[in-house]
Amino acid sequence: MTNQLNNNTMETLKSNGTQIEVNAEGYLKNMNQWTPELAHELAQNESIELTDKHFEVLNWLRAKQAEGTALSIRKVGNSGLVDIKQFYQLFPGGPLKISSKIAGIPKPVSCI
Amino acid sequence: MQDLVEKPVTKVAAVPVDKNKGKVKKVLVICSKGKLEDVYAALVMANGALMEGIQAKMFFTFFGLEAITKKHADHLHTATVGNPAFMPGIPTLVAGLPGFEAFASYMMKKEMDKLDMPHVSEFLQMIDAGGGEIYACKLAADMFHLKKEDFVPEVKDIITVGDMYALAEGEGTQIIFI
Repeated sequence: MTNQLNNNTMETLKSNGTQIEVNAEGYLKNMNQWTPELAHELAQNESIELTDKHFEVLNWLRAKQAEGTALSIRKVGNSGLVDIKQFYQLFPGGPLKISSKIAGIPKPVSCI
Repeated sequence: MQDLVEKPVTKVAAVPVDKNKGKVKKVLVICSKGKLEDVYAALVMANGALMEGIQAKMFFTFFGLEAITKKHADHLHTATVGNPAFMPGIPTLVAGLPGFEAFASYMMKKEMDKLDMPHVSEFLQMIDAGGGEIYACKLAADMFHLKKEDFVPEVKDIITVGDMYALAEGEGTQIIFI
């Protein structure tokens, strides 16, 4: 039953001729398939034009995810890169979710 | 029966949702209580809405006002008396001993720190930074003799109940009362 569900919800994106596996909500299944070019494409879906500041945040998120740190808006606010207000401005409409999607990491499970 | 058992109840998030239908666009969270756990429930829900891209407004009234005063925001207590779900087995008489409530609140805050939960004043700053708006109730503020300068700077204004309803205007608004 679980396998069936996973199969049903799995989708693929095409970027530069490469098949990228994403889940039903559009989050990458494998963060190693991420490239900066893919980030630009994913950001376009969210109507965001990525700047160097965005990439600083994305790279920080990816590094923390690789370390196994549970991400939260508060942690991004304490990262020294952006404060919480700037984070909301960079990724409007749900900053942690949207930035995680663009960073190619799983959907955060934080409630704070 | 077999079907019922096998339903993947934990996979709710994977169920496709019609995004145009009945989406929550705004929440108005009313916090009327000053107990640590009630205030956190209000803060988590308002902040959680902002994290999802949902607008959030907060209205603090009656004992909820304690949570937005400079003096008490970070010194809220949980009730040990009249709260049977908290530390079951502890007799009410013991829970009412001097210092017991402070001790229990201290322990609870320690657990919250472990979960990386911010203190109330920081939580209010986070909500403000995320575009949320925080208001105090005029009637309750008058009753407790509180003025604008008694509240944390994130409090936008002291407003009437009518003004509060105006905050909830618009399609897709939900009012949450705590």
